[in-house]
Amino acid sequence: MKHRSLFLKLLSALIVFGAWEIAGRIPVSYAFPTFLEAMQALLAMTLDGTIFVAYGETLKPLVVGVAISAVFGIGLGLWIGLSERFDWLFSPVFIVMQAAPLAALIPLLVMAYGIGLTSKVFVVCIMAMPVIVLNTSGAVRNTPSSMKEMATSFLASDRDVILKIIIPAASPVIFSGLRLGISAGFIGAILAELKITPTGVGDIITYSRSIADYPSMYAAIFSIIALAVIFLNVLERVENFLFAGNNRGYASD
Amino acid sequence: MHQTNRSFDHLQEIVPPSAVSVRNVSKRYNDVEALRDLSLEFPRGQLTSLLGPSGCGKTTLLKIIAGLIKANSGDVEVNGVKVEGPGPDRAFVFQDFALLPWANVLRNVAFGLELRGVAKSEREAIAEKYIRNVGLTGFERSYPHELSGGMRQRVGLARALAVDAQVLLLDEPFSAVDEQNRRKFQEDMLALVQNEKKTFIFVTHSIEEAVYVSDQIAVLLPRPSRVSEVIRPTSFRNKDAVNIRRDPEYLDIIDRIWASLRNYVE
Repeated sequence: MKHRSLFLKLLSALIVFGAWEIAGRIPVSYAFPTFLEAMQALLAMTLDGTIFVAYGETLKPLVVGVAISAVFGIGLGLWIGLSERFDWLFSPVFIVMQAAPLAALIPLLVMAYGIGLTSKVFVVCIMAMPVIVLNTSGAVRNTPSSMKEMATSFLASDRDVILKIIIPAASPVIFSGLRLGISAGFIGAILAELKITPTGVGDIITYSRSIADYPSMYAAIFSIIALAVIFLNVLERVENFLFAGNNRGYASD
Repeated sequence: MHQTNRSFDHLQEIVPPSAVSVRNVSKRYNDVEALRDLSLEFPRGQLTSLLGPSGCGKTTLLKIIAGLIKANSGDVEVNGVKVEGPGPDRAFVFQDFALLPWANVLRNVAFGLELRGVAKSEREAIAEKYIRNVGLTGFERSYPHELSGGMRQRVGLARALAVDAQVLLLDEPFSAVDEQNRRKFQEDMLALVQNEKKTFIFVTHSIEEAVYVSDQIAVLLPRPSRVSEVIRPTSFRNKDAVNIRRDPEYLDIIDRIWASLRNYVE
């Protein structure tokens, strides 16, 4: 497994946060706090517990939506990749879904499903699912035919070919689809809280902006980005655990 | 009596019975005729090469024997049983190796046995034996991308040997391997045919390679695809591996095959 050196990681963090701090001190805008102010606000919210209460709300649609998108997205993607008829039937749906301007569709969702959890889960799914489905189906369709032929010649059943050849061969692209889908799901969760009902982290962002408490607003944004990064790192660990060969290059390169 | 037998032997050695018979096989891909009414016998325990210019259908024929492609007409029999699809009596070695990049050498070699439902400890013991046979001891835990082209094909060969099929089908196995490794492979093939008592069917486009390793060479010609001649070298097959390339018959056969193939090479 390749490791990026800790020094480089720290250095890049230092450069980004340093630039933020300098931009905040100039200041580029009165609505743009320095990095240290934002961190202070984050610490304050952590100490009085507001941030945990907020995440309790935000994570509900996020986790449910991402879980649905991952399970159904990979399932549908496999099916679409394996069956031409199913591809013909369902691929356009997800292509349209990916291209649709989601913010414009939110009022429609609210009319149909109200302002509760259901609408928010839908928003997360609409954001996360298409890229997972399209990546999975594309990867399945592009399984090297010589590997399938090899398995068939060594007496693999159709089930063996799917489980032992197609899924492992597609797994790097499936996981990159999951990463993109989950990032989009985070965007969807916050979008839902900004556009439907202000709850959780979306509420902190909306409220602190309305009272001009910009450090808190940026602290909330920072925390959601940090959470997304941690989540994606965990996903990468899972991938490396499940498919040890994935980060080792390819036999035919 | 003895004398006649011996002189007869000298003129024509006794050909063992066929392990694989191909009878009147035809195959079309849309408008392209890959094979037309092709018949060929593959003697048991020997290595037969399918040699010909590209596009003469030699890989198609090999895949029909493997059961990976269905012929439009005609029969293939392996040990008297008609081929309907892939079977445990045949194992395939692929031109591009077709190794699993996410699996180490041990799992790759044992993959054929894994698909047959052999228990893990048993199949790994068998795989280790064949990894040793092909000279890859110490690389059991390596992944394919960490190996050279020659070593990857040794993995492919070990995988085919591990399932203990009577017939080995090799599709240009050394064409993606560098020249020096290829020579080593060819020498190893001679020993393998001697020791393994299996029937080898070997597709190649290299005349020298075909003559060097084969007990029988089937020269295939395109337009329409057919077997133009079957050559059985007699004098150098039992010689030491290093002396074959100096044998006059070896050189004569190469010249003869080239003379018949040269008109078909663009």
